[in-house]
Amino acid sequence: MVTVSDIKVSIKNLYKIFGADPKPMVAKVEGGMSKAELLEKHGHVLGLKDVNIDIKAREIQVIMGLSGSGKSTLIRHINRLIEPTAGEIVVDGQNVLDMSEDELLEFRRFRASMVFQKFGLLPHRTVAQNAAYGLTIQGSDKNEALERSQRWIDRVGLSGFENHYPAQLSGGMQQRVGLARALATDAEILLMDEAFSALDPLIRTDMQDVLLGLQEELHKTIIFITHDLDEALRIGDNIVILRDGAVIQKGSPQDIVLNPADDYVSDFIKDINRARVLEVGSVMDTKAIKTGIKIDVETPIEEAMQLMLEKDKKPARVVKDDKVVGSVTIDAMIKAIARPKHGSGNKNYK
Amino acid sequence: MDFFDEFPSLGRTPLREMKKSIDAGFRSFSREYGDALESFFNPLLKFMVWFEKLLINTPWPIILLCVGALAWLGSRNYKLVAGTVGAFVVIGYFGMWEDTMATLAIISVATIVCIGIGIPAGILMARSNRIQAIITPILDVMQTIPSFVYLIPVVMLLCIGKVPGLLAVCIYALPPIVRLTNLGIRLVDADIMEASTAFGANYKQRLWGVQVPLALPNIFAGVNQTIMMALAMVVIASMIGVKGLGVAVLRAISNQYLALGLMNGLAIVALAIIFDRVSQQYGKRLQKHREGGHGV
Ligand SMILES: Nc1ncnc2c1ncn2[C@@H]1O[C@H](COP(=O)(O)OP(=O)(O)O)[C@@H](O)[C@H]1O
Ligand SMILES: [Mg+2]
Repeated sequence: MVTVSDIKVSIKNLYKIFGADPKPMVAKVEGGMSKAELLEKHGHVLGLKDVNIDIKAREIQVIMGLSGSGKSTLIRHINRLIEPTAGEIVVDGQNVLDMSEDELLEFRRFRASMVFQKFGLLPHRTVAQNAAYGLTIQGSDKNEALERSQRWIDRVGLSGFENHYPAQLSGGMQQRVGLARALATDAEILLMDEAFSALDPLIRTDMQDVLLGLQEELHKTIIFITHDLDEALRIGDNIVILRDGAVIQKGSPQDIVLNPADDYVSDFIKDINRARVLEVGSVMDTKAIKTGIKIDVETPIEEAMQLMLEKDKKPARVVKDDKVVGSVTIDAMIKAIARPKHGSGNKNYK
Repeated sequence: MDFFDEFPSLGRTPLREMKKSIDAGFRSFSREYGDALESFFNPLLKFMVWFEKLLINTPWPIILLCVGALAWLGSRNYKLVAGTVGAFVVIGYFGMWEDTMATLAIISVATIVCIGIGIPAGILMARSNRIQAIITPILDVMQTIPSFVYLIPVVMLLCIGKVPGLLAVCIYALPPIVRLTNLGIRLVDADIMEASTAFGANYKQRLWGVQVPLALPNIFAGVNQTIMMALAMVVIASMIGVKGLGVAVLRAISNQYLALGLMNGLAIVALAIIFDRVSQQYGKRLQKHREGGHGV
């Protein structure tokens, strides 16, 4: 049950159109005009189109889409680095657009911090000073800020590098500084715009582990942008898929993989290792059975199959919190692993 | 076909009348406000006189020591310090010590004034495109208009002396620092600015915490340029009563004293090179943090 208080950030009917005179364009887009047509006929760029997303508190909301789909534009609306053309962004029940200049500064200082794809570190300041940046902006005393941010430097594994300058660090380490800087302000909302996209694959996985580890104890509301599905599936509690500024699909990672809304989403998921992503819970039958080995609902199919093959290949019992909640067969799992036929989704993907 | 043979000009008489009335207008303006302006600039004049006297009256070994120390602070380079002190020794040995001190005084004051006006102007210019559009043509005029042209109204207003000389130097030397401050701020990486904004930095925090520090190398190049241009104005400033090396050059021109002109000219060149090298080294040191080279 999702109650209203569980929703931390609510994006409502959000439109963003770039150009000289964007307001009148909203009606045209509402009337069904496409991004290409809007650019050709009116010289305006459609950034976001009628975006509605409810982001739950203390979860990781992934926003995914190809390059140019509007991800960066969307995330910048949450702390109003970009002004919308129409719509609302409600955080903790308050519309961000109603905030005065001062309230907005307070909001950015104390309630939402951000991590950037290109790190955005201050090159003339040391690691320690960069990590303390948000706190100094809040108005903390310099020494107090350095003291408070030290904890986060340690937490992201940068102890000993406090006096280095960003240019002396590798990309992965620079982003650790970016993460420490964002965490140090104690903001409840963490905005991450392709924070790990610029990193090498191995380092990226490292950083994902760091983030997941932190999230386990911090329970922040994280809005995480990526164009990488593996990353989205690994990190996201929920995923929103954007195309041409519009939301194509919302759901849990399991939902997206099992029921892609259209060909665009199918294309996204066609290369993933389904056996590793899909969990037993997503393919089980809710009919409980009396015998068979017990497997946890969140076990990936890959592992579950191995367990069952080692035993007797008979249906297994699916358990959640020590209670049997259903059963699963090897057949059902094989069916789920088989890639859906290309184009099996809706036909509205042009 | 008279029309095509001669350009249809205003005609001699009306033109003369127009010029006359402009001159008369300015003359009465300067009669009315000349004194007020003079008293406005009086503190500046007092400061210049005091500073020049300070440089001239301080025993030369102390000045040499100070010059060497400043060169060291700026460059951290023994060769430059040695070259600087050596140049001053030669200048003094050839009897140009006092004139050099006077020139140093006006250059220093002009540089301070230009920094004091130029950096805020550059900051203002970087803040909005409209202000940039207004200031840019003014700077263009200041840099290209022949100095003699603005010497006329300056002298009419303030007669000859140190202050009009300083004004003339500043008009010429001010543009580079304004331009380079503006440019430096505008060239600051947009991603870094965005990060700063995202953490809730207000205009002041962005300006002093991010923009100005990151623009410093450019601002510094501007200061360097300003000093060079101020030195280039030394001779012209001496025409309206500024003491220093320029006076000797001027005397050399009017009397065809080759050696005198050459010596004083070379002294100006020496000052220019010293200022340039020291300030460039200093500018380079400001950028230390940009060096990558994974110190990991
Ligand atoms: N300031 C801007 N002016 C005009 N068009 C823009 C601007 N910012 C973004 N866009 C356009 O909006 C669309 C979405 O961009 P963006 O949000 O950066 O996509 P993503 O982050 O998903 O790659 C793109 O078509 C881009 O060209
Ligand atoms: Mg982007």
